[in-house]
Amino acid sequence: MSPRRIMSDIRLKIIDRDGVLHEVDAPTDMNMNLMEVVRSYELAPEGTIGICGGMAMCASCQCYVLSDHQLPEKSDDEDAMLAEAFFVKDNSRLGCQLHITEDLDGLEVELAPAED
Amino acid sequence: MIKTDILIIGAGPTGLFAVFEAGLLQLKCHLIDALPQAGGQCSEIYPKKPIYDIPGFPEVLAGELVDNLMEQIRPFQPGFTLGERAETIEKLDDGTFVVTTNKGTKHHAPVVAIAGGLGSFEPRKPLLDNLAQYEDNGVAYMIKEPEVYRDKKVLIAGGGDSALDWSIFLTDVAQEVTLVHRRNEFRGALDSVEKVQHLKNQGKIKLMTPAEVVSLHGDGKLEKVMVRNTDTDEDTEVAVDHFIPLFGLSPKLGPIGNWGLEIEKNAIKVDNTLDYQTNIPGIYAIGDVNTYPGKLKLILCGFHEATLMCQSAYQRIHPDKKYVMKYTTVGGVTGFDGSKKEAPKAVVKAID
Repeated sequence: MSPRRIMSDIRLKIIDRDGVLHEVDAPTDMNMNLMEVVRSYELAPEGTIGICGGMAMCASCQCYVLSDHQLPEKSDDEDAMLAEAFFVKDNSRLGCQLHITEDLDGLEVELAPAED
Repeated sequence: MIKTDILIIGAGPTGLFAVFEAGLLQLKCHLIDALPQAGGQCSEIYPKKPIYDIPGFPEVLAGELVDNLMEQIRPFQPGFTLGERAETIEKLDDGTFVVTTNKGTKHHAPVVAIAGGLGSFEPRKPLLDNLAQYEDNGVAYMIKEPEVYRDKKVLIAGGGDSALDWSIFLTDVAQEVTLVHRRNEFRGALDSVEKVQHLKNQGKIKLMTPAEVVSLHGDGKLEKVMVRNTDTDEDTEVAVDHFIPLFGLSPKLGPIGNWGLEIEKNAIKVDNTLDYQTNIPGIYAIGDVNTYPGKLKLILCGFHEATLMCQSAYQRIHPDKKYVMKYTTVGGVTGFDGSKKEAPKAVVKAID
């Protein structure tokens, strides 16, 4: 077993709604989710993302997962919300339901368009 | 014209609590909200979710919090204009304001407090090319007059409670009800889902799942829609008089954004060193709708902001009076309805 680097930050690639790629660090020890990371770096205007606060009750944090990371299964709430959201693709997830853990290091996502 | 002391735009927790604080200062309030019920997000988005950071409540459901606030402000007899969106504001020569809703209801007050949260909740519209052209010509996003659908062919899209409940309701009114949803599963109250199942078995609701409406057709008014089965990609033409997409509501800052207020990050900038007043004297913004350095969008912060706003409003309305803050434990609560709540008097009695 190779010695493991102690790390509390992971690296994420996030393509914003204008198509601009941002490489950002996200802490794994601050109980954050992907939506909150996007907000903390202000990669989408306030008021257009995380509207429901992270309860999987709106789809404003929808993103497309571009890398082939093994992600946790969707909860029923997330699944039902994505069934009603717009611009949904097979690789759609709600950012607020993706908890920042070391397994997500290198994750690449693209923010789905805002609903009008 | 509705007249009041403080006109509050938004009947969420912050707006409701402002009524209480204003009432302690003998100021009357009237609230406008685009939703048909009070409570804002707490009632509309997450009534059954627990909140853990309301001081003094280790745990309270959002819906319960709203019920409690309504009970707390009842003595102060707030007025409500519900189901209407504040559209325009006009400042009169005497410095007072007239706010008019989208339905033309006019409100006159010396102080306006915007407690608009994330904005007014507007229906989410499906992404269809010529949708706008059929609005009011067969396409509607909410059902106001069920009789409009009497003996008509109606197609409802959506998978939540409102889609289920209206489909059930309209089976008794419409000639034909079709329910289209992108999944086979519906997320609604169990008995609604079972009822739809029952009506489907009876042939009273035509269920199309997993499917979505992909195009609208008709000359001047809606005549048919194309429904695509999302499993097979097969298109089916459905003749309809009405198409009602029920995809829930999403908040928009809306017309308030055009009132000449300073906006930053989709929120209204206020003076947090003093009274949460906006750049227009007499207009305040409290709760989630405002922003200032260090702003936190928390209900408890909204309560505090509402309290300070009321003090400033009092000074604006009564410039020549000096108000001395009184604790409710000392002064009690005297409602405009004549009710009086106060601490029980201590008994002075000798013990033999």
